[in-house]
Amino acid sequence: MTRFSKADALHLGILAMLVIAFFVLPTYHVGAVSRIMVLAVYAIGLNLLFGYTGLLSLGHAMFFAAGMYGFGLAIKFMAAPVLLAFVLALIAAAALSLVVGLLALRTAGVAFMIVTLMFAQTAYLVVLYFGEFTRGDEGFVLQQAERLLLGFDVTSETGRYFVAFSVFAICFLGFARLVQTPFGKRLIAIRENEERARMLGYDVGRYKLLALIVSGTISGCAGALYALLFGYVGATFASVQYSILPLLWVLLGGAGTTIGPLIGVMFMFYLIDASSAYTNSYMLIAGLVLVLLTMFAPKGIAGILRLRVMPWLP
Amino acid sequence: MLEVKNIHSGYGPVQVLFGVSLSVNASEILCLLGRNGAGKTTIMKSIMGLVPITRGSVSLEGQPLHSLPTHRVPRMGVGYIPQGRRLFPELTVSENIEMGLMVRNEGADTRDWVLDLFPRLKDRLRQQAGTLSGGEQQMLATARALCVRPKVLLLDEPTEGLQPSMIEQIRQVVVRMKQEGIAIVLVEQRVDAVLSIADKVTFVENGKDVQTIGAADLRDDPELLRSRLGV
Repeated sequence: MTRFSKADALHLGILAMLVIAFFVLPTYHVGAVSRIMVLAVYAIGLNLLFGYTGLLSLGHAMFFAAGMYGFGLAIKFMAAPVLLAFVLALIAAAALSLVVGLLALRTAGVAFMIVTLMFAQTAYLVVLYFGEFTRGDEGFVLQQAERLLLGFDVTSETGRYFVAFSVFAICFLGFARLVQTPFGKRLIAIRENEERARMLGYDVGRYKLLALIVSGTISGCAGALYALLFGYVGATFASVQYSILPLLWVLLGGAGTTIGPLIGVMFMFYLIDASSAYTNSYMLIAGLVLVLLTMFAPKGIAGILRLRVMPWLP
Repeated sequence: MLEVKNIHSGYGPVQVLFGVSLSVNASEILCLLGRNGAGKTTIMKSIMGLVPITRGSVSLEGQPLHSLPTHRVPRMGVGYIPQGRRLFPELTVSENIEMGLMVRNEGADTRDWVLDLFPRLKDRLRQQAGTLSGGEQQMLATARALCVRPKVLLLDEPTEGLQPSMIEQIRQVVVRMKQEGIAIVLVEQRVDAVLSIADKVTFVENGKDVQTIGAADLRDDPELLRSRLGV
């Protein structure tokens, strides 16, 4: 078996397990996995920029929110059909990524982190400022009737799960393929040694901008999907917390690995879920586990797997 | 082939080069010699566009290079192997070579050519570059630079920190590249390692080229080395 087919088999195996999970898991966990898949799409977006290109953004919530509000506002004010609203959401996220990229990529390292954080805070404040349309912190709900995808009800348990699964599968497999293409390899080269990549003849600035646009658009896709499946659009999703969470998911799951985002989101979700069953101070337990993982598995769960048993993992 | 005319450059307000001129032709090895801090590496970086040139010009076969962005210079046919090798450590040997090939969409023939130059790398294709020995890393850095089929190769202290047997291998490869028609600019501290293969030598002092002479003349005049370099 070649390296590529092993990786492909793993990716398809994970997708098969997710399909099987729907039929064997209790209702509560089916709902949880739907949410996990949507958030994993968001983590995939950040992983492309952080894990593969080496650019640490602390403001990805703005792209998630751009997709979410792009979708929600198009439905609320334009009565747009779901598919059109989704396309508009992707355009909004891509356009914001382009503008932020053109400005933020003039900086690097810590400055890039701070600039993206500032842009995200600005986006958050813009959402609050235009509360007349966005309903600010309170947010707004998308009615069930507004969320028909080609006549298909996505608010049912089955509909929600398989729409989440379909978008996740497309992003997951597309992403796994992307990082194996020459474009993906160039991003990895930039992460490894930016100056050397430039001296070798690569237009590093252009590749970083493209990576940011793709990353931001995937994150926006997750935002729109969240609004579609869970019917709520709110400013919380533009707050700094939603920029830090995907970073934690990616770090825990394994930055720079294809399966890391899903593992990270699942691990974190169930860690909080399980610990909150025992105590109200569940974040204390979650924090302790995170510290231990960072100490003993700094490359994340999938990073350790790649190091020990799956060196072929892309 | 490569013509550097009266270049002035530096880092921000600190000027390092004060009018350096040199030239190197196909199948020729030019060695830059000078004390630490003389400006040898800055000359290479200025040719590559990594350090901005404030005056003067750099051209390759009559085409100006100094007005191009850094990433365009290698595409014009200039390969640069900086001091310290600078590989992509988490990529495999094969992937590092692939990164070089993709710059100008070179194919399997170029890959075979560079692997023939460095047969040792053939046995290490699946190995992570960061785990190679120092000599092998230097070979890989050189192989990767050759993947763009350069007309000119800039080598900054390629034998630094290597054992004698590895130095000899690198030396042989440099000679072979010269035979293949590549123009080579070499910065080297180990005078003994380069004098036997260089065609001409340019002494660099305080950011200026102070003398260029044939390597054979220098071999016959060790006193000149002592006066220029103190060795």
